[in-house]
Amino acid sequence: MFLINCPYCGERDQSEFSCGGEAHIVRPKQPTELSDDQWAEYLFMRKNIKGVQFERWNHAHGCRKWFNMVRDTSNDKIHAVYKMGEKPPVE
Amino acid sequence: MKNKYSIFSLIKNAFSQHENWKQAWGDPEPKREYEAIIIGGGGHGLATAYYLAKKHNMRNIAVLEKGWIGGGNTGRNTTIIRSNYLWDASAGLYDHALKIWENLSQELNYNIMFSQRGVMNLAHNLQDVRDLKRRTHANRLNGIDAVWLNTDQVKEFCPIINTSPDIRYPVLGGTLQRRAGTARHDAVAWGYARGADEMGVDIIQNCEVKGIKRNGDKVEGVETSKGFIKTKKIGVVAAGHSSVIANMAGLKLPLESKPLQALVSEPVKPIIDTVVMSNAVHAYVSQSDKGELVIGAGTDAYVSYTQRGSHDVVEGTLKAILELYPIFSRMKMLRQWGGIVDICPDASPIISKTNIKGLYFNCGWGTGGFKATPGSGDLFAHTIANDEPHKLNAAFNLNRFVSGDLVDEHGAAAVAH
Repeated sequence: MFLINCPYCGERDQSEFSCGGEAHIVRPKQPTELSDDQWAEYLFMRKNIKGVQFERWNHAHGCRKWFNMVRDTSNDKIHAVYKMGEKPPVE
Repeated sequence: MKNKYSIFSLIKNAFSQHENWKQAWGDPEPKREYEAIIIGGGGHGLATAYYLAKKHNMRNIAVLEKGWIGGGNTGRNTTIIRSNYLWDASAGLYDHALKIWENLSQELNYNIMFSQRGVMNLAHNLQDVRDLKRRTHANRLNGIDAVWLNTDQVKEFCPIINTSPDIRYPVLGGTLQRRAGTARHDAVAWGYARGADEMGVDIIQNCEVKGIKRNGDKVEGVETSKGFIKTKKIGVVAAGHSSVIANMAGLKLPLESKPLQALVSEPVKPIIDTVVMSNAVHAYVSQSDKGELVIGAGTDAYVSYTQRGSHDVVEGTLKAILELYPIFSRMKMLRQWGGIVDICPDASPIISKTNIKGLYFNCGWGTGGFKATPGSGDLFAHTIANDEPHKLNAAFNLNRFVSGDLVDEHGAAAVAH
Protein backbone atom coordinates (compact mmCIF):
# COMPACT_ATOMS: atom_id res chain seq x y z
CA MET A 1 0.00 0.00 0.00
CA PHE A 2 1.38 3.37 -0.97
CA LEU A 3 0.48 6.83 -2.24
CA ILE A 4 0.47 7.56 -5.96
CA ASN A 5 0.96 11.01 -7.40
CA CYS A 6 -1.62 11.02 -10.21
CA PRO A 7 -0.36 13.40 -12.94
CA TYR A 8 -3.88 14.85 -13.19
CA CYS A 9 -5.21 14.81 -9.59
CA GLY A 10 -2.16 14.80 -7.32
CA GLU A 11 -1.35 12.47 -4.46
CA ARG A 12 -3.98 9.83 -3.69
CA ASP A 13 -4.22 6.49 -1.93
CA GLN A 14 -3.17 3.49 -4.04
CA SER A 15 -6.54 1.83 -3.42
CA GLU A 16 -8.08 4.45 -5.77
CA PHE A 17 -5.98 3.11 -8.64
CA SER A 18 -5.84 -0.08 -10.63
CA CYS A 19 -2.67 -1.45 -12.13
CA GLY A 20 -2.60 -2.28 -15.82
CA GLY A 21 0.63 -4.26 -15.72
CA GLU A 22 3.90 -3.86 -17.61
CA ALA A 23 4.12 -0.69 -19.73
CA HIS A 24 5.43 -0.15 -23.25
CA ILE A 25 4.31 -3.48 -24.65
CA VAL A 26 3.48 -2.37 -28.18
CA ARG A 27 0.35 -3.77 -29.77
CA PRO A 28 1.30 -5.62 -32.98
CA LYS A 29 0.83 -3.41 -36.02
CA GLN A 30 -0.15 -6.31 -38.25
CA PRO A 31 -1.80 -8.98 -36.10
CA THR A 32 -2.47 -11.23 -39.10
CA GLU A 33 1.27 -11.56 -39.71
CA LEU A 34 2.13 -12.80 -36.20
CA SER A 35 3.36 -16.32 -35.49
CA ASP A 36 2.09 -18.26 -32.46
CA ASP A 37 5.36 -17.56 -30.65
CA GLN A 38 4.99 -13.84 -31.23
CA TRP A 39 1.41 -13.91 -30.00
CA ALA A 40 2.48 -15.76 -26.84
CA GLU A 41 5.20 -13.17 -26.27
CA TYR A 42 2.77 -10.27 -26.71
CA LEU A 43 -0.12 -11.74 -24.73
CA PHE A 44 1.47 -13.68 -21.90
CA MET A 45 5.22 -13.29 -21.39
CA ARG A 46 6.15 -10.67 -18.81
CA LYS A 47 9.42 -9.37 -17.41
CA ASN A 48 7.96 -9.48 -13.86
CA ILE A 49 11.02 -7.64 -12.60
CA LYS A 50 12.17 -7.60 -8.97
CA GLY A 51 13.46 -4.04 -8.96
CA VAL A 52 12.68 -1.01 -11.10
CA GLN A 53 9.75 -1.70 -13.39
CA PHE A 54 7.76 0.45 -15.86
CA GLU A 55 4.03 -0.08 -15.54
CA ARG A 56 0.63 1.33 -16.49
CA TRP A 57 -1.84 2.57 -13.90
CA ASN A 58 -5.39 3.89 -14.10
CA HIS A 59 -6.93 6.30 -11.61
CA ALA A 60 -10.08 4.13 -11.54
CA HIS A 61 -11.80 5.89 -8.64
CA GLY A 62 -10.72 9.38 -9.67
CA CYS A 63 -10.12 10.98 -13.04
CA ARG A 64 -10.13 7.52 -14.72
CA LYS A 65 -7.14 8.50 -16.84
CA TRP A 66 -4.28 6.12 -17.68
CA PHE A 67 -0.65 7.02 -17.02
CA ASN A 68 2.74 5.37 -16.62
CA MET A 69 4.77 4.85 -13.50
CA VAL A 70 8.29 3.74 -12.61
CA ARG A 71 8.22 1.71 -9.40
CA ASP A 72 10.69 -0.47 -7.54
CA THR A 73 8.79 -3.72 -6.96
CA SER A 74 11.22 -4.82 -4.26
CA ASN A 75 10.20 -1.98 -1.92
CA ASP A 76 7.20 -0.30 -3.62
CA LYS A 77 9.05 3.03 -3.94
CA ILE A 78 7.82 5.14 -6.84
CA HIS A 79 10.59 6.80 -8.86
CA ALA A 80 8.60 8.63 -11.51
CA VAL A 81 5.11 9.20 -12.89
CA TYR A 82 4.58 10.30 -16.48
CA LYS A 83 1.67 10.67 -18.87
CA MET A 84 0.77 8.32 -21.67
CA GLY A 85 2.68 9.20 -24.82
CA GLU A 86 5.51 10.84 -22.91
CA LYS A 87 8.98 9.38 -23.12
CA PRO A 88 9.92 7.15 -20.17
CA PRO A 89 12.56 8.71 -17.93
CA VAL A 90 15.99 7.12 -18.21
CA GLU A 91 17.06 5.63 -14.91
CA MET B 1 15.57 -45.68 9.01
CA LYS B 2 18.42 -44.45 11.14
CA ASN B 3 16.27 -42.42 13.47
CA LYS B 4 12.73 -43.76 13.28
CA TYR B 5 10.13 -41.86 15.25
CA SER B 6 7.78 -44.11 17.23
CA ILE B 7 6.25 -44.52 20.66
CA PHE B 8 9.32 -46.53 21.65
CA SER B 9 11.83 -43.91 20.55
CA LEU B 10 9.73 -41.34 22.42
CA ILE B 11 9.88 -43.39 25.64
CA LYS B 12 13.57 -44.15 25.19
CA ASN B 13 14.42 -40.48 24.70
CA ALA B 14 12.30 -39.49 27.68
CA PHE B 15 14.86 -41.25 29.91
CA SER B 16 17.56 -38.90 28.63
CA GLN B 17 15.37 -35.79 29.03
CA HIS B 18 14.93 -35.61 25.23
CA GLU B 19 18.47 -34.31 24.89
CA ASN B 20 19.80 -37.03 22.60
CA TRP B 21 17.48 -36.73 19.60
CA LYS B 22 19.52 -36.76 16.41
CA GLN B 23 19.36 -33.76 14.12
CA ALA B 24 16.63 -34.36 11.54
CA TRP B 25 18.71 -33.12 8.60
CA GLY B 26 22.28 -32.00 8.10
CA ASP B 27 23.89 -28.70 7.23
CA PRO B 28 26.39 -29.62 4.49
CA GLU B 29 28.65 -27.41 2.44
CA PRO B 30 27.92 -27.68 -1.29
CA LYS B 31 29.94 -30.18 -3.34
CA ARG B 32 31.54 -29.05 -6.58
CA GLU B 33 29.14 -31.00 -8.74
CA TYR B 34 25.70 -32.62 -8.50
CA GLU B 35 23.62 -34.80 -10.77
CA ALA B 36 20.75 -32.36 -10.31
CA ILE B 37 20.12 -29.16 -8.39
CA ILE B 38 16.77 -28.00 -7.08
CA ILE B 39 16.50 -24.25 -6.57
CA GLY B 40 14.09 -23.49 -3.74
CA GLY B 41 13.78 -25.27 -0.40
CA GLY B 42 10.05 -24.97 0.11
CA GLY B 43 7.61 -27.86 0.27
CA HIS B 44 7.53 -28.36 -3.51
CA GLY B 45 11.33 -28.23 -3.86
CA LEU B 46 12.00 -30.59 -0.96
CA ALA B 47 9.29 -32.98 -2.19
CA THR B 48 10.90 -32.93 -5.65
CA ALA B 49 14.27 -33.86 -4.15
CA TYR B 50 12.65 -36.53 -1.99
CA TYR B 51 10.95 -38.24 -4.95
CA LEU B 52 14.02 -37.86 -7.19
CA ALA B 53 15.98 -39.81 -4.58
CA LYS B 54 13.25 -42.26 -3.68
CA LYS B 55 11.62 -43.12 -7.01
CA HIS B 56 14.32 -42.26 -9.53
CA ASN B 57 17.37 -43.22 -7.51
CA MET B 58 19.10 -39.87 -8.00
CA ARG B 59 21.00 -39.50 -4.72
CA ASN B 60 23.72 -37.04 -5.71
CA ILE B 61 21.44 -34.01 -5.68
CA ALA B 62 21.16 -30.76 -3.74
CA VAL B 63 18.41 -28.38 -2.72
CA LEU B 64 19.57 -24.75 -2.63
CA GLU B 65 17.59 -22.40 -0.41
CA LYS B 66 18.42 -18.71 -0.07
CA GLY B 67 16.82 -18.42 3.38
CA TRP B 68 15.76 -21.30 5.57
CA ILE B 69 13.68 -24.28 4.42
CA GLY B 70 9.96 -23.72 4.54
CA GLY B 71 10.46 -20.02 5.27
CA GLY B 72 8.74 -18.80 2.12
CA ASN B 73 5.23 -19.56 0.96
CA THR B 74 5.33 -23.02 2.58
CA GLY B 75 5.23 -21.34 5.98
CA ARG B 76 2.90 -18.54 4.88
CA ASN B 77 -0.13 -20.27 3.39
CA THR B 78 -3.44 -21.16 5.02
CA THR B 79 -2.72 -24.94 4.81
CA ILE B 80 -5.87 -25.86 2.88
CA ILE B 81 -5.88 -29.09 0.87
CA ARG B 82 -8.59 -29.99 -1.66
CA SER B 83 -8.92 -31.35 -5.18
CA ASN B 84 -12.33 -30.11 -6.33
CA TYR B 85 -11.12 -28.48 -9.55
CA LEU B 86 -13.30 -28.18 -12.63
CA TRP B 87 -11.16 -29.30 -15.56
CA ASP B 88 -10.00 -32.89 -16.07
CA ALA B 89 -6.31 -31.97 -16.17
CA SER B 90 -6.51 -30.07 -12.87
CA ALA B 91 -8.67 -32.73 -11.22
CA GLY B 92 -6.06 -35.35 -12.14
CA LEU B 93 -3.21 -33.20 -10.83
CA TYR B 94 -4.73 -32.16 -7.52
CA ASP B 95 -6.35 -35.49 -6.71
CA HIS B 96 -3.02 -37.22 -7.33
CA ALA B 97 -1.65 -34.96 -4.60
CA LEU B 98 -4.60 -35.60 -2.28
CA LYS B 99 -4.10 -39.35 -2.57
CA ILE B 100 -0.44 -38.95 -1.52
CA TRP B 101 -1.46 -36.65 1.37
CA GLU B 102 -3.70 -39.40 2.75
CA ASN B 103 -0.73 -41.64 3.52
CA LEU B 104 2.05 -39.07 3.82
CA SER B 105 2.57 -39.10 7.60
CA GLN B 106 3.16 -42.88 7.46
CA GLU B 107 5.37 -42.64 4.38
CA LEU B 108 7.58 -39.92 5.87
CA ASN B 109 7.43 -41.28 9.44
CA TYR B 110 6.65 -37.69 10.35
CA ASN B 111 3.34 -36.39 11.65
CA ILE B 112 2.20 -33.78 9.17
CA MET B 113 -1.09 -33.45 11.07
CA PHE B 114 -3.19 -34.11 7.98
CA SER B 115 -6.81 -33.59 8.93
CA GLN B 116 -9.62 -34.43 6.50
CA ARG B 117 -12.09 -32.05 8.07
CA GLY B 118 -13.79 -31.18 4.78
CA VAL B 119 -13.79 -28.03 2.70
CA MET B 120 -17.06 -26.25 2.01
CA ASN B 121 -17.42 -23.67 -0.79
CA LEU B 122 -20.35 -21.28 -0.48
CA ALA B 123 -22.60 -19.93 -3.23
CA HIS B 124 -23.98 -16.42 -2.82
CA ASN B 125 -25.86 -15.78 -6.06
CA LEU B 126 -27.61 -17.79 -8.76
CA GLN B 127 -24.57 -17.89 -11.03
CA ASP B 128 -22.50 -19.24 -8.11
CA VAL B 129 -25.13 -21.94 -7.63
CA ARG B 130 -25.00 -22.95 -11.30
CA ASP B 131 -21.18 -22.88 -11.39
CA LEU B 132 -20.73 -24.84 -8.18
CA LYS B 133 -23.32 -27.46 -9.17
CA ARG B 134 -21.59 -27.86 -12.51
CA ARG B 135 -18.27 -28.29 -10.73
CA THR B 136 -19.78 -30.87 -8.38
CA HIS B 137 -20.89 -32.94 -11.38
CA ALA B 138 -17.52 -32.54 -13.09
CA ASN B 139 -15.74 -33.64 -9.88
CA ARG B 140 -17.88 -36.74 -9.54
CA LEU B 141 -17.25 -37.72 -13.15
CA ASN B 142 -13.55 -37.55 -12.32
CA GLY B 143 -13.96 -39.72 -9.24
CA ILE B 144 -13.56 -36.85 -6.78
CA ASP B 145 -15.98 -36.75 -3.88
CA ALA B 146 -18.21 -33.70 -3.96
CA VAL B 147 -21.73 -33.00 -2.81
CA TRP B 148 -24.08 -30.06 -3.17
CA LEU B 149 -25.59 -28.72 0.07
CA ASN B 150 -28.66 -26.50 0.26
CA THR B 151 -28.79 -23.59 2.71
CA ASP B 152 -30.17 -25.69 5.56
CA GLN B 153 -27.53 -28.36 5.07
CA VAL B 154 -24.83 -25.66 5.07
CA LYS B 155 -26.18 -24.40 8.38
CA GLU B 156 -26.26 -27.92 9.77
CA PHE B 157 -22.69 -28.61 8.68
CA CYS B 158 -21.33 -25.33 10.04
CA PRO B 159 -23.84 -23.82 12.50
CA ILE B 160 -22.04 -20.50 13.07
CA ILE B 161 -22.61 -19.32 9.48
CA ASN B 162 -25.19 -16.59 9.14
CA THR B 163 -27.69 -18.02 6.65
CA SER B 164 -30.22 -15.23 6.99
CA PRO B 165 -31.67 -14.20 3.60
CA ASP B 166 -31.29 -10.57 4.67
CA ILE B 167 -27.50 -10.29 4.48
CA ARG B 168 -25.83 -8.56 1.53
CA TYR B 169 -24.65 -11.83 -0.05
CA PRO B 170 -26.98 -14.52 1.34
CA VAL B 171 -25.85 -18.15 1.44
CA LEU B 172 -27.76 -20.01 -1.28
CA GLY B 173 -25.99 -23.30 -0.77
CA GLY B 174 -22.53 -24.76 -1.08
CA THR B 175 -20.40 -27.69 -2.10
CA LEU B 176 -18.57 -30.01 0.24
CA GLN B 177 -15.52 -32.16 -0.36
CA ARG B 178 -15.19 -34.36 2.72
CA ARG B 179 -11.75 -35.76 1.81
CA ALA B 180 -10.35 -32.24 1.76
CA GLY B 181 -8.89 -30.56 4.82
CA THR B 182 -5.68 -29.13 6.21
CA ALA B 183 -2.14 -30.17 7.17
CA ARG B 184 0.60 -28.58 9.24
CA HIS B 185 2.60 -26.68 6.62
CA ASP B 186 5.96 -26.52 8.46
CA ALA B 187 5.81 -30.24 9.19
CA VAL B 188 5.43 -30.95 5.49
CA ALA B 189 8.68 -29.14 4.70
CA TRP B 190 10.46 -30.70 7.68
CA GLY B 191 9.19 -34.20 6.93
CA TYR B 192 10.32 -34.05 3.31
CA ALA B 193 13.66 -32.50 4.33
CA ARG B 194 14.30 -35.29 6.84
CA GLY B 195 13.31 -37.95 4.31
CA ALA B 196 15.44 -36.46 1.53
CA ASP B 197 18.43 -35.93 3.82
CA GLU B 198 18.30 -39.54 4.90
CA MET B 199 18.62 -40.68 1.30
CA GLY B 200 21.72 -38.51 0.84
CA VAL B 201 20.25 -35.30 -0.57
CA ASP B 202 22.24 -32.19 0.42
CA ILE B 203 19.94 -29.49 1.79
CA ILE B 204 21.93 -26.28 1.62
CA GLN B 205 20.37 -23.30 3.36
CA ASN B 206 21.49 -19.66 3.21
CA CYS B 207 22.69 -20.30 -0.33
CA GLU B 208 21.32 -17.82 -2.84
CA VAL B 209 21.45 -18.51 -6.55
CA LYS B 210 23.06 -15.56 -8.35
CA GLY B 211 23.21 -16.85 -11.89
CA ILE B 212 22.60 -19.77 -14.23
CA LYS B 213 25.54 -20.77 -16.40
CA ARG B 214 24.55 -21.78 -19.91
CA ASN B 215 26.55 -23.23 -22.73
CA GLY B 216 24.47 -22.61 -25.82
CA ASP B 217 21.14 -24.32 -25.30
CA LYS B 218 22.08 -26.36 -22.25
CA VAL B 219 22.82 -25.60 -18.61
CA GLU B 220 26.24 -26.12 -17.00
CA GLY B 221 25.71 -25.05 -13.42
CA VAL B 222 24.63 -22.37 -10.99
CA GLU B 223 26.48 -19.41 -9.57
CA THR B 224 25.63 -19.12 -5.87
CA SER B 225 26.57 -17.14 -2.79
CA LYS B 226 28.62 -20.22 -1.81
CA GLY B 227 30.44 -20.44 -5.14
CA PHE B 228 29.89 -22.12 -8.48
CA ILE B 229 28.22 -25.56 -8.52
CA LYS B 230 28.34 -27.70 -11.64
CA THR B 231 25.29 -29.66 -12.76
CA LYS B 232 23.50 -30.83 -15.90
CA LYS B 233 19.97 -30.58 -14.54
CA ILE B 234 18.36 -27.66 -12.71
CA GLY B 235 14.83 -27.77 -11.34
CA VAL B 236 13.56 -24.33 -10.40
CA VAL B 237 10.88 -24.29 -7.69
CA ALA B 238 11.19 -20.69 -6.60
CA ALA B 239 7.50 -19.64 -6.41
CA GLY B 240 7.27 -15.83 -6.46
CA HIS B 241 10.90 -15.53 -7.54
CA SER B 242 10.60 -17.88 -10.54
CA SER B 243 10.81 -14.97 -13.01
CA VAL B 244 13.96 -13.72 -11.28
CA ILE B 245 15.67 -17.09 -11.83
CA ALA B 246 14.26 -17.32 -15.38
CA ASN B 247 15.75 -13.92 -16.21
CA MET B 248 19.16 -15.23 -15.08
CA ALA B 249 18.86 -17.92 -17.73
CA GLY B 250 17.61 -15.47 -20.35
CA LEU B 251 14.05 -16.76 -20.27
CA LYS B 252 10.75 -14.96 -19.87
CA LEU B 253 7.82 -16.63 -18.13
CA PRO B 254 4.10 -15.85 -18.31
CA LEU B 255 4.03 -14.93 -14.61
CA GLU B 256 3.23 -11.97 -12.42
CA SER B 257 4.36 -11.98 -8.77
CA LYS B 258 1.97 -10.46 -6.28
CA PRO B 259 1.65 -10.35 -2.49
CA LEU B 260 -1.01 -12.64 -1.04
CA GLN B 261 -2.01 -12.09 2.56
CA ALA B 262 -3.22 -14.21 5.41
CA LEU B 263 -3.89 -13.52 9.06
CA VAL B 264 -4.62 -15.34 12.28
CA SER B 265 -6.71 -14.36 15.28
CA GLU B 266 -6.11 -14.82 18.96
CA PRO B 267 -6.60 -18.48 19.95
CA VAL B 268 -10.08 -19.50 21.08
CA LYS B 269 -11.86 -22.75 21.96
CA PRO B 270 -12.97 -24.98 19.05
CA ILE B 271 -15.68 -23.16 17.11
CA ILE B 272 -15.23 -24.15 13.46
CA ASP B 273 -14.29 -27.77 12.69
CA THR B 274 -14.06 -27.48 8.91
CA VAL B 275 -12.75 -25.12 6.23
CA VAL B 276 -15.25 -22.70 4.73
CA MET B 277 -14.39 -20.81 1.57
CA SER B 278 -16.40 -18.23 -0.23
CA ASN B 279 -15.59 -17.24 -3.76
CA ALA B 280 -17.91 -14.30 -4.30
CA VAL B 281 -17.01 -12.37 -1.15
CA HIS B 282 -13.45 -13.70 -0.98
CA ALA B 283 -13.29 -14.94 2.56
CA TYR B 284 -12.08 -18.23 3.83
CA VAL B 285 -11.57 -19.43 7.32
CA SER B 286 -10.53 -22.47 9.31
CA GLN B 287 -9.26 -23.03 12.84
CA SER B 288 -5.77 -24.23 13.67
CA ASP B 289 -5.07 -26.83 16.35
CA LYS B 290 -3.80 -24.00 18.56
CA GLY B 291 -7.26 -22.41 18.30
CA GLU B 292 -6.43 -19.48 16.05
CA LEU B 293 -8.77 -18.65 13.20
CA VAL B 294 -6.71 -18.89 10.02
CA ILE B 295 -8.03 -16.41 7.47
CA GLY B 296 -6.96 -16.05 3.87
CA ALA B 297 -7.25 -12.69 2.13
CA GLY B 298 -6.73 -11.74 -1.50
CA THR B 299 -3.79 -10.62 -3.59
CA ASP B 300 -2.77 -7.06 -4.26
CA ALA B 301 -3.52 -6.24 -7.88
CA TYR B 302 0.01 -5.17 -8.81
CA VAL B 303 3.44 -6.76 -9.06
CA SER B 304 5.38 -6.56 -5.82
CA TYR B 305 8.06 -8.60 -4.07
CA THR B 306 7.66 -6.93 -0.69
CA GLN B 307 6.13 -9.86 1.26
CA ARG B 308 3.56 -7.57 2.78
CA GLY B 309 0.14 -6.63 1.51
CA SER B 310 -2.23 -3.70 1.46
CA HIS B 311 -4.46 -2.93 4.37
CA ASP B 312 -7.57 -2.47 2.21
CA VAL B 313 -7.33 -6.12 1.06
CA VAL B 314 -7.42 -7.34 4.67
CA GLU B 315 -10.26 -4.94 5.43
CA GLY B 316 -12.34 -6.32 2.54
CA THR B 317 -11.83 -9.90 3.69
CA LEU B 318 -12.68 -9.14 7.30
CA LYS B 319 -15.86 -7.33 6.28
CA ALA B 320 -16.99 -10.49 4.49
CA ILE B 321 -15.97 -12.71 7.41
CA LEU B 322 -17.98 -10.58 9.83
CA GLU B 323 -21.11 -10.66 7.72
CA LEU B 324 -20.91 -14.45 7.36
CA TYR B 325 -19.87 -15.08 10.99
CA PRO B 326 -21.27 -12.33 13.24
CA ILE B 327 -20.00 -14.40 16.20
CA PHE B 328 -16.43 -13.28 15.35
CA SER B 329 -17.21 -9.57 15.64
CA ARG B 330 -15.10 -9.07 18.76
CA MET B 331 -12.21 -11.37 17.83
CA LYS B 332 -8.80 -9.75 17.80
CA MET B 333 -6.36 -10.48 15.01
CA LEU B 334 -2.89 -11.41 16.21
CA ARG B 335 -0.67 -11.58 13.16
CA GLN B 336 -0.84 -10.69 9.47
CA TRP B 337 1.71 -11.48 6.77
CA GLY B 338 2.22 -11.72 3.03
CA GLY B 339 3.85 -14.16 0.66
CA ILE B 340 4.78 -13.57 -2.97
CA VAL B 341 2.75 -15.73 -5.32
CA ASP B 342 3.53 -16.32 -9.00
CA ILE B 343 0.31 -16.11 -10.96
CA CYS B 344 -0.17 -17.59 -14.43
CA PRO B 345 -2.62 -16.03 -16.91
CA ASP B 346 -4.80 -19.18 -16.71
CA ALA B 347 -4.36 -19.66 -12.94
CA SER B 348 -2.87 -23.11 -13.48
CA PRO B 349 0.69 -24.15 -12.69
CA ILE B 350 3.63 -24.85 -14.99
CA ILE B 351 5.48 -28.15 -14.43
CA SER B 352 7.58 -28.25 -17.51
CA LYS B 353 10.76 -28.57 -19.51
CA THR B 354 12.00 -25.45 -21.22
CA ASN B 355 13.77 -24.95 -24.55
CA ILE B 356 17.05 -24.86 -22.59
CA LYS B 357 18.26 -28.43 -22.10
CA GLY B 358 18.46 -29.41 -18.44
CA LEU B 359 16.40 -26.47 -17.19
CA TYR B 360 13.01 -27.31 -15.69
CA PHE B 361 10.42 -25.08 -14.08
CA ASN B 362 7.79 -25.87 -11.48
CA CYS B 363 5.99 -22.56 -10.94
CA GLY B 364 2.83 -20.57 -11.47
CA TRP B 365 1.01 -22.16 -8.52
CA GLY B 366 -0.33 -18.73 -7.72
CA THR B 367 -2.58 -18.55 -4.71
CA GLY B 368 -3.04 -22.29 -4.20
CA GLY B 369 0.14 -24.31 -4.33
CA PHE B 370 0.31 -25.83 -0.86
CA LYS B 371 -2.44 -28.39 -1.52
CA ALA B 372 -0.45 -29.81 -4.42
CA THR B 373 2.90 -30.13 -2.63
CA PRO B 374 3.34 -33.95 -2.70
CA GLY B 375 1.88 -34.40 -6.18
CA SER B 376 3.83 -31.49 -7.56
CA GLY B 377 7.09 -32.88 -6.18
CA ASP B 378 6.33 -36.37 -7.49
CA LEU B 379 5.45 -35.20 -11.02
CA PHE B 380 8.28 -32.67 -11.23
CA ALA B 381 10.77 -35.35 -10.14
CA HIS B 382 9.40 -37.58 -12.91
CA THR B 383 9.78 -34.74 -15.43
CA ILE B 384 13.38 -34.02 -14.40
CA ALA B 385 14.47 -37.66 -14.20
CA ASN B 386 12.96 -38.74 -17.53
CA ASP B 387 13.31 -35.42 -19.35
CA GLU B 388 9.64 -35.70 -20.24
CA PRO B 389 6.42 -35.05 -18.35
CA HIS B 390 4.28 -37.61 -16.58
CA LYS B 391 0.84 -37.91 -18.18
CA LEU B 392 -0.68 -36.07 -15.20
CA ASN B 393 1.41 -32.94 -15.79
CA ALA B 394 1.64 -33.08 -19.58
CA ALA B 395 -1.10 -30.44 -19.90
CA PHE B 396 0.81 -28.09 -17.59
CA ASN B 397 3.63 -27.41 -20.02
CA LEU B 398 5.11 -24.03 -20.85
CA ASN B 399 4.18 -24.42 -24.51
CA ARG B 400 0.46 -24.08 -23.74
CA PHE B 401 0.86 -20.32 -23.88
CA VAL B 402 1.99 -20.67 -27.51
CA SER B 403 -0.47 -23.38 -28.56
CA GLY B 404 -3.39 -21.74 -26.75
CA ASP B 405 -4.31 -25.00 -25.00
CA LEU B 406 -4.76 -23.29 -21.61
CA VAL B 407 -6.11 -24.93 -18.45
CA ASP B 408 -8.37 -22.05 -17.52
CA GLU B 409 -9.11 -22.43 -13.82
CA HIS B 410 -9.80 -18.73 -13.20
CA GLY B 411 -12.98 -18.69 -11.17
CA ALA B 412 -13.61 -22.32 -12.05
CA ALA B 413 -11.58 -23.74 -9.20
CA ALA B 414 -14.00 -22.75 -6.47
CA VAL B 415 -12.07 -19.72 -5.28
CA ALA B 416 -11.48 -16.29 -6.70
CA HIS B 417 -7.92 -15.74 -7.82
